[in-house]
Parts: sequence; C-alpha cells; structure tokens
Amino acid sequence: MAAPTAPRPGRAIAVITIAVVALYAWMFISGNTTPKLGLDLRGGTSLTLQPVVPEGSDTVITDDAVNQAVEIIRARVDGQGVAEASVTKQGSGANSTIVVEVPGQNEQDLFDKIGKTAKLGFRPVLRSGPPTVVVPTPTPTATPTPSGSASPSVGSTPSPSTTASSTVSPSSTGNPRPATGLKAATASPTVSPTPTPTPTPTPSASSTSVIPSTPITAADQKAFDNLDCTKPIPPEQRPADLPAKTMVTCSSTGAEKFILGPELIPGSDITGASAGLLTSSQGVTTGEWVVNLTFNGDATTKFRDVTRQMFAQTNGSDANRFAIVLDAQVISAPTVNGVISDGRPQISGNFTQQSANDLGNQLKYGALPLAFVPNNLQTISPTLGSDQLRAGILAGLLGLLLVVFYSLFYYRGLGLVSVASLALAGLLTYGLLVLLGHTMGYTLSLAGIAGAIVSIGITADSFVVLFERIRDEMRDGRTLRVAVETGWKRAQRTILAADAVSLIAAVALYLLAVGGVQGFAFTLGLTTLIDVAVVFLFTKPLLTKLARTKFYGNGHKWSGVSPDRLGIHRPTPSARATARKGEPGSNSAAKEA
Amino acid sequence: MSRLGDLGQKLYRGEVSYDFVGQRKRWYTISAAILVICVASLLLRGLNLGVDFEGGNVVTLPTATGTVADAREVALAAGAKDVTVTEVTSTSGRSIRVQTEILPREGALALTDGLVKKFNVSPGDVNVSIVSAAWGSQITKKALTGLAVFLLLIALFLTLYFERRMAIGALVALAHDLVITIGVYSLVGFTVTPATVIGFLTILGYSLYDTVVVFDKVRENTRGLAAGNRMTYSQAANLAVNQTLVRSINTSVIALLPVASILFVAPLLGADTLKDLALALFVGIAAGTYSSIFIATPVACQLKEREPAMQALAKRVAAREASGKAPSAAGAAGGTARTRSTAATATAVLDDPVVPEAAAAAEGAAGGPQAQRQQSGRPGGPGSGKKRPAKKKRR
Repeated sequence: MAAPTAPRPGRAIAVITIAVVALYAWMFISGNTTPKLGLDLRGGTSLTLQPVVPEGSDTVITDDAVNQAVEIIRARVDGQGVAEASVTKQGSGANSTIVVEVPGQNEQDLFDKIGKTAKLGFRPVLRSGPPTVVVPTPTPTATPTPSGSASPSVGSTPSPSTTASSTVSPSSTGNPRPATGLKAATASPTVSPTPTPTPTPTPSASSTSVIPSTPITAADQKAFDNLDCTKPIPPEQRPADLPAKTMVTCSSTGAEKFILGPELIPGSDITGASAGLLTSSQGVTTGEWVVNLTFNGDATTKFRDVTRQMFAQTNGSDANRFAIVLDAQVISAPTVNGVISDGRPQISGNFTQQSANDLGNQLKYGALPLAFVPNNLQTISPTLGSDQLRAGILAGLLGLLLVVFYSLFYYRGLGLVSVASLALAGLLTYGLLVLLGHTMGYTLSLAGIAGAIVSIGITADSFVVLFERIRDEMRDGRTLRVAVETGWKRAQRTILAADAVSLIAAVALYLLAVGGVQGFAFTLGLTTLIDVAVVFLFTKPLLTKLARTKFYGNGHKWSGVSPDRLGIHRPTPSARATARKGEPGSNSAAKEA
Repeated sequence: MSRLGDLGQKLYRGEVSYDFVGQRKRWYTISAAILVICVASLLLRGLNLGVDFEGGNVVTLPTATGTVADAREVALAAGAKDVTVTEVTSTSGRSIRVQTEILPREGALALTDGLVKKFNVSPGDVNVSIVSAAWGSQITKKALTGLAVFLLLIALFLTLYFERRMAIGALVALAHDLVITIGVYSLVGFTVTPATVIGFLTILGYSLYDTVVVFDKVRENTRGLAAGNRMTYSQAANLAVNQTLVRSINTSVIALLPVASILFVAPLLGADTLKDLALALFVGIAAGTYSSIFIATPVACQLKEREPAMQALAKRVAAREASGKAPSAAGAAGGTARTRSTAATATAVLDDPVVPEAAAAAEGAAGGPQAQRQQSGRPGGPGSGKKRPAKKKRR
C-alpha cells in the first residue's frame, strides 16, 4: 500500500486537500456551517418510551410494531404543531425504545400528548358498580339483576300469556315508566314466545340481536369484586384489552368499575376524530368539550343496531349503557338515549379543550400497536444547553492545545507534522459532522463531543506510532528518507490493527446503544476512519516530502530527527561511512543467525 | 527531553532493558493487591449509583437567592418523602438541584410548578429529569449485552490477527482495567451515571488499542524465533515491550491530556456529563497503559512458553548460554538494568567499544536500497527475525 504513495506523495495530499476544500465549499454554499446540535446542547425535552406487554397478553414486541409506533407518534407530534421534533427508535426487538425529542421546555406532559396507546373500542356494559373493593357479602350483586330480568318480562307480554299481573309492575324498578315499557314492547316483537316467566338471570330477551349474550363468569365476578378503582392504575398494570373476551376494568376517573362484554366496534373503524363543543338538541352550544367521531360504513350500521337494542332497555340500567374503552380504561359509559344512525357519535366525559384535542389527535392518527410507558424524561434549559456546549468546546480546544504543545515539545519538527495532521483531522471531523447533520439528520450531543475529544488522543497516537517507528529505523542507521518508508511499512499495520479495534468498539457500542452512547460511538467511529484517511493520505506523504528537504533530511537540531534527539551520538555522515565499511561483517553475522 | 531520546535509543538497542516479562510475579502481585482492594470495595461499599439507575425526579433551576430549606419545603409539599437538595455553583451562576424519589405525575408537576413559583424563575430555565426505576436496569442490561458482543468480536479479531494466546493476554488485561476503574469509583464514591457507563465502555476500546500496539511489536520480534536459539519467546517479547516503551509513555500522555482538560474544564462550567465521562476515562487509560506492559504481555508469554516449540527453544537458548560466554555477558549487562533478559543474553561483547557503529554496520547490510526492496517484498520476515540477532552477535 505504501508503494503507490511513496513515489507520488503529492498526489495523495492533493486528493485529501480537494476533499476538504469540496466539503467546506459545500458547507458555505449551502449555508450549513454548524453541526445540528442535540437537545442537551440547545435545550429541549427528551422522552424515552419503553414498550410494555400488559399482563395476560401474548403480544410480542417486534421491530415492525415499534417502527409502526414511531410513525404514529411522529404523526401525533406533528399534529401538535411542534417544529423540529425528532422521533427515533433505538435498539431492536424487545429491547427497543423510542426517543422523542422536542425543542420546548414546558413539556412534562409530553407523554400524555403522544405516548398514549389510544387503543379505543366500544363494548357493552355487563355490570357496573362503585369503585371500591366489594367485601364478602355476595348479596349486593343481586340488586342489578332484577332490573335486567324485569324488562324481558315486559317484552314477553304480548305473547300467549294472559296474566296481566306479570307484565306490569316489575317490583324492583323504582319508578315504573310506562313509556319505556311500551317502546320495548313494540320495538322487539321478535322476543321468544316462551311462556314461562322465568326469574333466572337471562337478561337478553333480545338475544338474536347484534349484542352477543355474554354470561358473567365467576372469575370475572371475582375480579370485579376485588378490583379497586380508587387509585390510578398505570397502563402496564391494566388488564389486557382482548377484543373477543370480556374485560373487567375501571373508569378513567376512578368513579366506577365495570364488567364489559366483548368488543362491539374496534377503534380502527373510526375514520375521523375531532374535538368540539357539545351542542344541545336545541342547537345551543354548551361549554362542554366532546370528541366527535366518524365511523366507516360497517361500523355505522352496527352502531345503529347496537344503539337501537340498548335504547330498548331500561333507561339507566347496565344493559342500556355501552362503554368507550381507551387504553383498557372506560373513558365514558353513556346511557343510550336514542338510536344513532349516522355513525357520528360524540364522546363526552369531563374533557377540557386540551384533553379533547389530544384524544382526537390520538384517535385520528391511529392506535399504537404497543403500549408504552415513559421511562426517562429530560428537560434541559437552553442556558444549561449552551453551558454544556461551551464546556465541550473549551475542553476540546484545551485538550488539542495541550497535545499540540506536547507534540512540539517532544517531537520538535516532526511535531509540526503531527499538528498539521491533527488540524486536518479536526477540519474533516467538523465538516463531516455538519454534512451528516444536514443530510442524515445526525445530531451532535455532549457525548458526541466527548467522543471527539477522546479521539484526539487516538488520532495523535497514530502519529506517535509512526514517528517512533521512523526513529527506530534511523537508530538502525538509516537515513530519514529510507526510514520514513521502512518505518511506515511496519507502522501502517500497527495503526490499522489498532484502529480496527477502536472501530469494532464504536460499531458494537453504536448498535447496542445505551442512552447517549450512540452519539459517542458515532463520533468515535467517524474520527477513527478520519484518522486512517489522514495518516495514509496526509501524514505519511507529507513525511516523504519533508524527508527530501534539507531541514529534515539533514537532521537539523530542531527537526526532531537529529541524531542528538534520537540518542545517536555521532555525526550522520560518518555513520553512513562506517556502515559501508562494516557491510561484509554484518552479512556474515546474518548468515550465522 | 533529549534524555528520553537517549533512553529510547538504549531501549531500542536493548542496552537498557527493564525486565517486564521475567518479573511477572512481581507485577501480578501488585495487580492482584489492587484488584483485591477494588473487589473488596465493590462488595463492601458498592457503587454510588446515580438517579438514572435508581429512578427518581430531579429538578434543577437557577436561582441567586433561593435557599435549600425553601426548596425542601416545596418538595415536601409536592408529596415527596426522600428529598435531597444541593447547591450547584458554576461560572454561569448558582442553581439549586432538588432530587426526590419517583413521584406520581401530579407530584412531579407540582414540584416543578412549586419551585418555579417559589423562586420566581422562568419555566424555560428549569431542567427536569424524570427517570423510571426500569430505566437503570435497562441501561445496565444493554451495557452488559454490548460488553458481551464487543468481547466476542474482539476475541475473534485478536485471534485472527494475532493468535489465541495473545488474545487471552489482551482480554485478561482488559478485565484488569475494567475492574480497577469500577473499583476506583467504588473506593472514591463517585456517582455512577450513564455517562460513566460510556466511559467504562470506551476503556474497553482504549485498553485493547494500547495492547494491540505492543503486541504488534511482540509479534514482529518473535516471528521465526522458534527456528533459532538466540532468545526465548519471553525475552523477545520483553524486548518488544522495551522498544515500544517510549511510544507507550508518549501515547498515554497524549491520550490523557485531552481527558485531563475535560476534567479541569467541565466542573467549572457545570457540565457534569463530561466530568463523569472523563473521570472514568482518566482512570481507565492509566490502567490500560499499565496493563498492556505489565499484564497483557507477561500473560501472553506465560501461555506461549507452554507450547512445546517454545519450551524446546527455551532449552536451546539455555544450553547456548550455559556453554558459552554467559558469565561475562551477565556481568557486562548487569550495570544498566535487569540481567537475564535480551540485553544480557545477547551481549556477547566484542572488543569493539563503539557499539553503535558496529550496529550501524550491521544495519548497512539491510539498510541500503537493495535491502530495502527486499524488505518491502517480505515485510517483517528477514528484517525482523534475523537481522536483530545478527546485530547482537556483532556486539
């Protein structure tokens, strides 16, 4: 490899010079003269989201699902009107996390805006109750049942039996409203003609309908009794929201708990969602915020049937309510006051303008395929950011200065070569960071700056290895011109091997990123490659050129390669003379060996 | 400084030779003692883990007048129980740092809002860090995975590039450096942060980088060694370490200078991330340089000397030494440094007192244009394996 560079050192230097010039020309023409700074250097908020699998669910965290989540979160962030936000995936598979970075500082509720799963679904209410744990007595569960069994008895009246007494007063209904009873009678004529007025809990007189009849299992009942909704339940502890199964969960306000039937309509059937103010039936706008939904065709039909059936039930009873489940919690469980046939329901329930907007956004951009929990939230003020940047730059410059000083002190003239090479490496590093920042979106973080500072040492070491080799060759009696070539021959392998280790470290760290490690690993890897380029295309060719000059070639006392500095205590010419004299002897010695 | 040049010359020639390999028991003992202290400290004192590993809320905000007591009051009012308030002063002013256990969402907001109101600062000047308990274990897990993958790759690379025994030597030295660095953290009680973990991982790279440079010379010196009877593997390796000693010193100084500048600058400006990183690097680089010389090479030699070929070589060398001018040789070299190493064994002193000239004469044979061509054809072959013994013989 040294062979082509040896005779034409000028060409290599020209190549790297042109590369640097081109890089800087691009920078100034495009106007991008500074690297893109990471959040820790300019201030902002960063949120790390960790995917979680809810208990009892067999969801697998796949790269695909995480990538999809990244897309949805990005859409949500953009929906917030945040400029210059970044959403990136780190790691892979079950170990992946999503990092969201936004410029603002007042973003402690960032997760609420963008990190909610927003898995929405409509389910029938099978049973509801107060949020507290139900203590042993099994009796209270009996209370809701009479109302359930009462209405079917109403429905059964038109058919054969003549006993009027069974039709009317179902004892438990406190205020018998004849209107409802009548409506039910007319609305569901299809009721089974079974004359037996069974008091058994068969709540679904209209079992042929769109709401599948679901008996409450003992297990569900037990879970329901033991559920305590008085404290907020974090997402990862909520039950799995499996569409085909029943679900026992709390309301998001903690005011009620529910046993819910299988999902009637999934959130994916929603085609539009927006926040708006509730308008009353008279067309007057109230102050209450709601989320307006739009269903697709299928869901519109289904929702009409569901509401029709529920409307038929006793007003206020469980069978008259459906639940809107968001992230495995009931955000609203309205009673049905009429048949909704246009497929445009409203969700109401203690919304503020902000929360209505957020929910609308979440629903509009789709549900996340995975649940996430916030893992780490950092808000850094611009003051701290610029302080850190200043510290990084100052430390880097000071470090560079110290290295330059030491190089010149120890290597004298050779030190100049080292300084020039370091300067070139520095220029290249800066230029490439700018280029990558504006083409690949690489952002320079504090850890990245640290990586660059550390690499000053590793880059300078390549020169040290080369210089020491050359000096060793000279100690063996070679002239500088020869020593540069033979020393390089050996040094280049050492440099390449050592840089390979450095590069392996950088790549391994980059791929298995830990927090800020990625930035660090990136600059470390980049500077290692730059080091190789500079040594091969600049330092070595420059030495070849300089060895031909008088100053270096004749071993000037300040050149760093004078016999005195090498510890060779004799004038160079005489050494060469003796070298010629001793030739035969050494040959025989070599044979001996 | 010219004295270091002199030393470099003498080390290179083997006139001055420090017995790094032969005295390995001494270095092992020193390292073992340090390692025992480090491990004991790790077991007894443990590490001082930062908020990123334990989980918690941290709010830092600039205030010229706010008191620690006020900040504590606000934190307690927000529902925090475990409150630590510290004052941080840097060139950009004074700020207060409030650390609590993990707070529920409302508590976290109340803490920030409360502090903002109490000290009357702009919300944009507040730095907040909320870390879940899972975060730390996740970082640790990832760091360990990274470590495992890295070690595997490196072991593979070193085995291919050098050989298995040298790879083991390098990895032993690496483990040595890591334990010492982490041990120092435990001993001094520095806080371990994610930046520190980056530092630890970087040490992996650096420690091996340094070892590779030394090993490259070892390999060069020992190539074709088994065929002759000039010196044992250990002696050749020891010469290599001596020959790269000046490089090792220079490299360490140069690598430590930027790191030291971070250590010096960062605390002044309040850049804690940099400081944490630099501290780990400083200890690690120092340990890495030490271990390349005192641990990696001796361990590799010890393993290598077990090979039958190397044992046979050692016997031949011993026989040659015993038969010949060994006594005078030992006496001649004893003055400069440890005996029984390359310098001593090879000092078959001729009457010619001008040692460098003789050496130069030897070089003349290989150093001319002709020889150079020959060398570039076969790098490291005859140039390294035979030339040097030849030179020594002349002496």
